Amino acid sequence: MWRDTVLVAGKDLRIELRSRVVMHQVVPVAVLMLVLFAFALGPDRAPMAQAAPGLFWVAVLFASVLAVQRSFALEAPDGARDGLRLSGLDPAGVFLGKTAAVALQLVVLEVVLTAGVVVLYGSHVRSYGSIVVAALAGTAGLAAAGTLYGALAAGLRVRETLLPFLFLPVAAPVLLAGTRAWQAALGLGAGNVGSAGDPWVRLLLVFAAVYLALGVVIFGPLQEAS
Amino acid sequence: MALAVLLRTAVCVTGRFPALAGVDLAVAQGEVVVLEGPNGAGKTSVLRVCAGLLALSSGQGTVLGYDLRRDAAALRRRVGMLGHGSALYDDLTVVENVRFGARAAGAELSNLEGALDRLELGGRVRRTPVGRLSAGQRRRVALAVLLTRRPELWLLDEPHAGLDAGARTTLGEIVAEVVAEGATVLLASHEPEVSWPLADRVVSLVGGRVIGARDVRRVSRRAGASDELRAVPGGVHVA
Repeated sequence: MWRDTVLVAGKDLRIELRSRVVMHQVVPVAVLMLVLFAFALGPDRAPMAQAAPGLFWVAVLFASVLAVQRSFALEAPDGARDGLRLSGLDPAGVFLGKTAAVALQLVVLEVVLTAGVVVLYGSHVRSYGSIVVAALAGTAGLAAAGTLYGALAAGLRVRETLLPFLFLPVAAPVLLAGTRAWQAALGLGAGNVGSAGDPWVRLLLVFAAVYLALGVVIFGPLQEAS
Repeated sequence: MALAVLLRTAVCVTGRFPALAGVDLAVAQGEVVVLEGPNGAGKTSVLRVCAGLLALSSGQGTVLGYDLRRDAAALRRRVGMLGHGSALYDDLTVVENVRFGARAAGAELSNLEGALDRLELGGRVRRTPVGRLSAGQRRRVALAVLLTRRPELWLLDEPHAGLDAGARTTLGEIVAEVVAEGATVLLASHEPEVSWPLADRVVSLVGGRVIGARDVRRVSRRAGASDELRAVPGGVHVA
């Protein structure tokens, strides 16, 4: 399974490095969201800083939909989906590989967005460790859930519109928990935060663990059925 | 001789209509069988069933000893299919595509360079992204993947489509070579002049059913084989 994970992740990342679709299209869209929200909130930095964690996670959430759609679009043309099924790769390995590739792209996006939040919204990071833990846990959860629902929608003609409908409501806990964890890490919320013991970070970790486990088990049957 | 493929009353319903309406087919190991018939006869569906890509609605099937209902996933690593699409990634180069296909199937890469050279995919072409290649060259790359993988059962759907004369000759040589090594080939084709000379047997399909089969070993290995086959009363061409 791990060999197949590395193989699939390597393939997806190599394609992204060549095509740069996520880097040249998804990242700019996410940054544009931050800029537009900054315009909408006005010149006063106080409400912008207050809204920064939520806006960051909304941008990541929508970007993850695009990244997952791109991940499955790689297999759409020229019978590549059949090719992947026929290759004999372990479905759990395919799931983990695709999840890892999406997660890595989201991490790059989050680095850019974090810089954007600090520069545009004037946010001050109180605990770098905390935002890193929350971001990694949230990213793993979004990538795993997105890949699972991406597989569900992959074989359908309405996949582009169906995926957001399926995925965004399910990803709401990540939005909530990620925002709360970041509020605390930026010194905006109540309580000390950011450690793995924090309830919101724990929720992110549980979400990621549940969807990773679920994906390993049911990705194969989903691939067959879709 | 052991059977590589055995389908018994295989029915496969996709959508509202049956793609296969009760196919009985037995293919011995090391045999080359050409499936022929009009469009919609069920040739591609037979290949997809044998690859474990299309589930049987009823009937029974065994391929390379694997039960199609229970072990389709396990079967796939031992089967290679060249379908209508080339199943390649446009943004990967020729050599990257072949390497990925071989590694995914758990195959050694020792055959890779030979496969690329044989299909005239060496030199600059090997580092060219597949998206920039012509349809015929993409077909060659897909064949190179199979040649590197060396599956036990080759399922070829219109393999000559898009290939030039040289590549068609190479394909014939490859089929002969892998069969000599013990592989089995099931080939769907609309081009009897190039496919029948490769065959041991031609099986005719119409409306999702096998309606005839003919041993063509002696005929097909002589010059002008396809003309001779067409003239056989009750032969492989069925109206």
